[in-house]
Amino acid sequence: MADVTHLETRTLGGGESGFATTKFEALLGWARKYSLFQYPFATACCGMEFFSTASPRYDIARFGAEAPRFSPRQSDVLWVVGTISQRQAPVLRRVYEQMTEPKWVIAFGTCASCGGFYDNYATVPGIDKIIPVDVFIPGCPPRPEAVLDGLMLLQDKIGRCDRTPETLKNTALPDGAEEALEKLYQIRMKP
Amino acid sequence: MSKLILERLKAQFGDDILAVSSFRGDDVAVVKPSRWLDVARFVHDDPRCDCTYFVDLSAIDNCDPRTDELDMDDRFEVYVIAYSVAKKHRVRLKTRLSGDEPRIASVIPVWSGANWMEREVFDMFGVHFEGHPDERRILTYDEFKGHPLRKDYPANRTQPLVEYRDGTFNKLGPFLQDEGMPLNRSVLPDERQ
Repeated sequence: MADVTHLETRTLGGGESGFATTKFEALLGWARKYSLFQYPFATACCGMEFFSTASPRYDIARFGAEAPRFSPRQSDVLWVVGTISQRQAPVLRRVYEQMTEPKWVIAFGTCASCGGFYDNYATVPGIDKIIPVDVFIPGCPPRPEAVLDGLMLLQDKIGRCDRTPETLKNTALPDGAEEALEKLYQIRMKP
Repeated sequence: MSKLILERLKAQFGDDILAVSSFRGDDVAVVKPSRWLDVARFVHDDPRCDCTYFVDLSAIDNCDPRTDELDMDDRFEVYVIAYSVAKKHRVRLKTRLSGDEPRIASVIPVWSGANWMEREVFDMFGVHFEGHPDERRILTYDEFKGHPLRKDYPANRTQPLVEYRDGTFNKLGPFLQDEGMPLNRSVLPDERQ
């Protein structure tokens, strides 16, 4: 995939007769990011949180990513959901290799990201030791909101045709948020 | 529950029962390794014991590699828990094995459910079960060297089946050097890096 640094899209003219100019990569990225077929490689308790994200309450379908495909040939995103043991590593590697390009990988939860507290003979310390990862979602397990945030991060990357790894991190609170939280706290502490 | 089984065992096997104890309903008999299968069969077949239900079989490694010899005489303790559904009582049979080539008779002829448990004990501790029909590793893989729950297995030794990618790819791990928290494991002094 070519490195696309400037993805300019311009709309010319208005109303129904207008047209847009863009670059082919940008159009392709835009089309890809809203039709992600996913391969859920769910091995542990994080799987529950994944089902929760996929079910109507959090509704991953809103992001065009509702279709699970249990064949690696038909999927775009590999969700590695849970602990990967050394014995499973060849299977995961093979699934990844069977996926057709373009393909993306999300490490779901702490165990998939770095092995979590399983620091021992049995567990792979992070799936990035075996396969390249696009987005790491920490959490034990991560909340569905974090998962959706990770998915949006991936879509953003796909749109930019960017393949560098990203991590969801706790960011600083926006301006004014601390005062608002303090107010909320005061209101709740009132008898 | 009932000390009946212990009394029956002592009457039947005498000095081959090395010790018995009862604590809050847990009845334990320590058995000579040479009589392991006989005692198991007696507990299963004797109509007053009637322990036909196999609960668990596992092992314990009692050595401390910092102070003890690895081939000490009573290094491994193999135990089996048996229960009688009809009589509602339970017994734990223990035996102690040497750290040098630990061997014990398989109890599969008595309880066939012991098959996978004995494979697990073999896999994790390297205890051999004589007469086991299929003594292979069950949790780890054939390529695995050593037995991970032995106390002398280094805590930080991994044996990956898939070669790890090196760090020169255009995608890196999630954590930088100063991020995350190391787990403080007790590692033997000569294994520290």
